[in-house]
Amino acid sequence: MTAPRSDTPVPRTLARKLHEIRSDYPMGSRILGRLLLGLVLLWASSVLIFCGIEALPGDFATTYLGQAATPQAVANIRAELGLDQPMLTRYLAWAGGILHGDFGTSWASGQVIADQLWHRLGNSMLLAGCAAVIAVPLAVSLGLLAVLYRDRWPDKLINLVSLAAVSLPEFFVAYLLILWLVVQHPVAAFPATVYDSMSIWEKLHTIALPVATLVLVVIAHMMRMTRAAILSLLSSAYMETATLKGLGALRIIVRHALPNALAPIINVVALNLAYLIVGVVVVEVVFVYPGMGQYMVDAVTVRDLPVVQGCGLVFAGIYILLNMAADILSIFVNPRLRHPR
Amino acid sequence: MKQTLKTVPLSAWIGILGISLCVFAALFAPWISPYDPNQILGDPWAERSPEYLLGLDNLGRDLLSRLIWGTRMTLFVATVATVIAFSMGVILSLVAAVMRGVVDIGLSRLNDLLMSIPTLIFALIVLSALPQTLGVLIMVMAVLDATRVFRLGRALAMDLVAMEFVEAVRLRGEGTLWIVFKEVLPNAMTPLLAEFGLRLAFAVLFISTLSFLGLGIQPPTPDWGGMVKDNKDGIIFGVSAALVPGMAIAVLTVSINLVVDWLLKRTSSLKGGRGDG
Repeated sequence: MTAPRSDTPVPRTLARKLHEIRSDYPMGSRILGRLLLGLVLLWASSVLIFCGIEALPGDFATTYLGQAATPQAVANIRAELGLDQPMLTRYLAWAGGILHGDFGTSWASGQVIADQLWHRLGNSMLLAGCAAVIAVPLAVSLGLLAVLYRDRWPDKLINLVSLAAVSLPEFFVAYLLILWLVVQHPVAAFPATVYDSMSIWEKLHTIALPVATLVLVVIAHMMRMTRAAILSLLSSAYMETATLKGLGALRIIVRHALPNALAPIINVVALNLAYLIVGVVVVEVVFVYPGMGQYMVDAVTVRDLPVVQGCGLVFAGIYILLNMAADILSIFVNPRLRHPR
Repeated sequence: MKQTLKTVPLSAWIGILGISLCVFAALFAPWISPYDPNQILGDPWAERSPEYLLGLDNLGRDLLSRLIWGTRMTLFVATVATVIAFSMGVILSLVAAVMRGVVDIGLSRLNDLLMSIPTLIFALIVLSALPQTLGVLIMVMAVLDATRVFRLGRALAMDLVAMEFVEAVRLRGEGTLWIVFKEVLPNAMTPLLAEFGLRLAFAVLFISTLSFLGLGIQPPTPDWGGMVKDNKDGIIFGVSAALVPGMAIAVLTVSINLVVDWLLKRTSSLKGGRGDG
């Protein structure tokens, strides 16, 4: 374990300056660094999404025309879609357009992608948001409950049920709920198609089942992770010391455990919100919900690449953003960084 | 050996039983399935009867036979993808940890980038451009899974590489490959085995999800996710045919998770930990 050497003479002043800034503002510089990393990741994933698709074999024009793919027809379509331009030109045009909020037009329907995308993103966010509002407090308190009753029956029960829930595919949970709450006891709505003209209560009633599915799927993950994070904290030396010197249970939890538990809990929540974004895809398909996941799956089926690229980038962007938010928040709640020595 | 067998808890035995059942069905599918999985035998969604134990599916094919053949397909794809992912992830991560420097930085950053896009979304993007054949499907799953294995493998190996015995071997003049296969890998084996189980369960769920979305194994080849998709419209009429393959997926993944749970507990007690995690 040798420390990185800083005695190279050339960039000395700059390096020292940077080092000083970093030791003077440890929190600020870390947050800035994380923000930059997020931006770089976002840019790199846009390159990956665009070039990945372009570099893969298989040509839309040939697939689209099928048997009628004469060289002339293929060349016509390629020219019409701009596929005859060099890749760099097309990437720059695509990325530049997105910076202005323009995702291009769909190959399959010829419509502007951005309108559809934002509309459906709003729908997906409604779904994921409702699920998060229910799942986060429930999961964290269940996780704490499991820790409090560690190795007794509530813990074992929660553990067993959540192990089973983690292993269930989303669509299985969804169809179980449909069979139970729509077919056998008709209280919920199916399919969960929402319209703009619906009032907020009608909308909430319509999306009750997809939200319930998402909650059930995500809660088990979140609860297990909360439990593990708190348990690893409880087995640390300073917690043992606090118990041994005779502090009360409440004081131990509030003063010693909670400040240190915040960071792992925030991490767990953010990770699972990111997981929710992906879970939305399957649930939307099951419930025929007009969200972004459904949009993307439909586009993949007909190989409508601009739509796939646009949706992929938005999904990746949200995912990167959530992970970044988690890291930045845990920098904020880290007492060692908040009070630099 | 007898001693270790006795310490296996009940939950792990249940898991082993579930896995064996699936493996048995997969291996002996041609002999134990009562009918041809693609043969149309009667009316769509016929009730269960002594003749057709689980009833018929949306086209009138025997559900039990399709379930058994589906086990073969689902388990095969998941296992092959996981094995490839594992070999790739473990070898690359160990190389990164042992070589350090540019190799490590390059591989780790590439891995970060691949992990910055959610797995399912990434798979959807790639499958929109590639032909949906079995080989492509397996490779896509393997590469995406390898990123997770890489991350764990590198963390494990980084700890091991810093130990004295590895340093001693290095000073003795052994090459990178020796260090990777004779020193680091054997010591990282147990946690990696548990990870293999987790990845396998994930792969079963993943291939089923892709097939359910219509982007995985293509019909008429039976597989669990595809069977859910075929029969999903029956749910509204109270036909539970779609739940049968869903149940099979659940049984397999729960079984795998039960075994993994036991493996993880065992490793934590081996390390002299407090057994809390």
